Amino acid sequence: MQITDVKYPLLGQLPRAGLGTKRLAGEDMSDKDPSLRRNAPKLELHVPEPAFRPGDTPDFSSLTIPAEGSAPRPDTAAPAAETHPLTTALVRVLGDDNKAVGPWDPKLDPDTLRKMLRDMVTVRIFDDRMYRAQRQGKTSFYMKCTGEEAIAVAAAAALDREDMHFPTYRQQGLLIARGYPLTEMMNQIYSNRGDKLRGRQLPIMYSDREHGFFSISGNLATQFPQAVGWAMGAAIKGDSRICMGWVGDGATAEGDFHSAMTFAAVYNVPVILAVVNNQWAISSFSGIAGAERATFAQRAVGYGVAGLRVDGNDALAVYAAVKWAAERARSNGGPTLIEFFTYRAEGHSTSDDPSGYRPTNEAKAWPLGDPIERLKAHLLATGEWDEDRHAAMTAECDAAVRAAQKESEKVGILPDQGKDDIGSMFEDVYADVPWHLAEQRKQALDEGGA
Amino acid sequence: MPNFNMIQALNDAHKVMMARDEDIVVFGEDVGYFGGVFRVTEGLQKQFGKTRVFDAPISEGGIVAMAVGMACYGLKPVVEIQFADYIYPGYDQIVSEVAKIRYRTAAEWTMPLVIRTPYGGGIFGGQTHSQSPESLFTHIAGLKVAIPSTPYDAKGLLIAAIEDPDPVIFFEPKRIYNGPFDGHHDRPVKPWSKHPASEVPEGHYTVPIGKAAVVREGGDLTVLAYGTMVHVALAAVEEQGLDAEVIDLRTLVPLDLDTIEESVKKTGRCLVVHEAPRTSGFGGELVALVQERCFYHLEAPVERVTGWDTPYPHAYEWAYFPGPKRMKRALEKVMAD
Repeated sequence: MQITDVKYPLLGQLPRAGLGTKRLAGEDMSDKDPSLRRNAPKLELHVPEPAFRPGDTPDFSSLTIPAEGSAPRPDTAAPAAETHPLTTALVRVLGDDNKAVGPWDPKLDPDTLRKMLRDMVTVRIFDDRMYRAQRQGKTSFYMKCTGEEAIAVAAAAALDREDMHFPTYRQQGLLIARGYPLTEMMNQIYSNRGDKLRGRQLPIMYSDREHGFFSISGNLATQFPQAVGWAMGAAIKGDSRICMGWVGDGATAEGDFHSAMTFAAVYNVPVILAVVNNQWAISSFSGIAGAERATFAQRAVGYGVAGLRVDGNDALAVYAAVKWAAERARSNGGPTLIEFFTYRAEGHSTSDDPSGYRPTNEAKAWPLGDPIERLKAHLLATGEWDEDRHAAMTAECDAAVRAAQKESEKVGILPDQGKDDIGSMFEDVYADVPWHLAEQRKQALDEGGA
Repeated sequence: MPNFNMIQALNDAHKVMMARDEDIVVFGEDVGYFGGVFRVTEGLQKQFGKTRVFDAPISEGGIVAMAVGMACYGLKPVVEIQFADYIYPGYDQIVSEVAKIRYRTAAEWTMPLVIRTPYGGGIFGGQTHSQSPESLFTHIAGLKVAIPSTPYDAKGLLIAAIEDPDPVIFFEPKRIYNGPFDGHHDRPVKPWSKHPASEVPEGHYTVPIGKAAVVREGGDLTVLAYGTMVHVALAAVEEQGLDAEVIDLRTLVPLDLDTIEESVKKTGRCLVVHEAPRTSGFGGELVALVQERCFYHLEAPVERVTGWDTPYPHAYEWAYFPGPKRMKRALEKVMAD
């Protein structure tokens, strides 16, 4: 058979016998046989596009934001299905008048609220200082969580100190809220001699067992099912500690998300699975991960587990939702999937420039506001805070971050690292150093570095 | 001393260790009530309970990730991937997580877990039940790779793997689960009971990780093999009337290079044998090491007997499998000069 008039020029180069020819013949028939094409519409591929691109004026007025206090709060022992209407709602406590309202109001004492505010302020200052340190060439990389501070900080406040976290790279608030020393974080960021991870990990990929913070992986979503495994271990051993796994909206597309949900559901695992939906995965908006079709919280429905969708910029709502899921998990009620609806106010990392893919003023237009401003306004509105105290507290946090930075930089910054103790890079591959690594270590030491 | 086939020996290793260490948990597809498709975990759920031995969803990525999380918690998971051909959905968790967690946390967390998986051909399993993917794991820093070839070694090596502080990928040559295989597919299968290594001591013993076994001493040449191919190689050298030294590597990482080096320096000739495809197979590493260490002792080029660089073809099983004909030709070549 002669191959002529083909749609695809490449096919013309195929051998004129064998499979290529047969397939092409079949294709020709289905294309040309009118009975197979009767009234058939031309198939179209839908490639999602965000609402706004650079140069557009962001306008989120079409975004449905349920009123604060409007979401019902099921009993923590309720069947999972009772939570499913909440997967398309939005648990919100703080309203425009800055008062806490509705059944999800956790009724926290002012000291707890002030501690949360202080932690959030510290996170933001820390982020700003470390971002600047990267720009000054003191380290290779940094990632801020600006606009998302309430989520990790309030989750840390809602869980017990002994509970475990399997975080992503934007939950630095967990460490700060649990009192992990800022200098330790900075030593890791600078990969200096004080870095307990011995200069092996990209900045911000902290790890600290004592603070219940599992080592961050750059391979996204891997920690999500691991959190389920940890909680299975706790259940196998009859422990009372629970675990919280974290993932971003973009990485919910990974198979690991499905593994986590499946195992969590199958074994009714005491785990809280959190999706931080900050709308952006580097340059891809949440629609590329499926958000045009369903909320991330709605994925709980298909697995038959509890699901909540929560205003992530409302520290009280975050606290209340995590507390609810924790109570449920601790009483063998099973896992909860929580979507924290928020907005990544800055770039993905120091290596990213969001002005290339979204309007520069989009963060300001985000209708759920700034989490720090909202919690501060709530404390002001309830008479538990004032501007002077806020200024003084901010100055204290700033001083603490600066002091830690000074101390850490005295130990060293990245450009000075990687020269001493070259042999250490061969340790901890295994418990012992096997012969082949010992040989390579000897050679590396002979070379003496770059 | 009981006579065990390899399945019974592996089963016994589980029982011995689970009785000694309450932190050991066993799970995988079909391993619970049913006891595994190859019966390695038979009776474990009944003996140790459903929270220590249970069925997992068909999710190799999930199985490995659960093992990671449990190891972080403080358990010692011994998980089964039903066929090595199914391990790829778990590859990211193995490569990026299992292998690297000790290193990236500076030993704050470690991964004392075992991933068992049947591998290799000779059972008419087609391309999705016959693969030998060991070199995909020997290439990954942080993993240990062990492959037994007898019931005695299977039990002792698995116990050593479970006790090892690092993650071990434990490949089980499924063709020889029930009896050694000399490569002659047209001959009746011999049971393990006629083989001396089917005598398996009761209770606890180990075959150390990182130690090869000289399974036949000889002076003509050195044959390096592991898994099913140990038995194919032993038969082939007998058939060729060669006084070969046959080394069962037993552990690929860390490799027992001293035993290899000593033997090749003695014989001056070397043949490397595996079922896996040739290109970038573990044999390439072995050949490189032998020439680095023994070049001036070699009297002939080092040869390789391997599977072909094709997917494993169902109907052509015995044209693919590196059997007696490929062995004979390679042995003749190594011995030619």
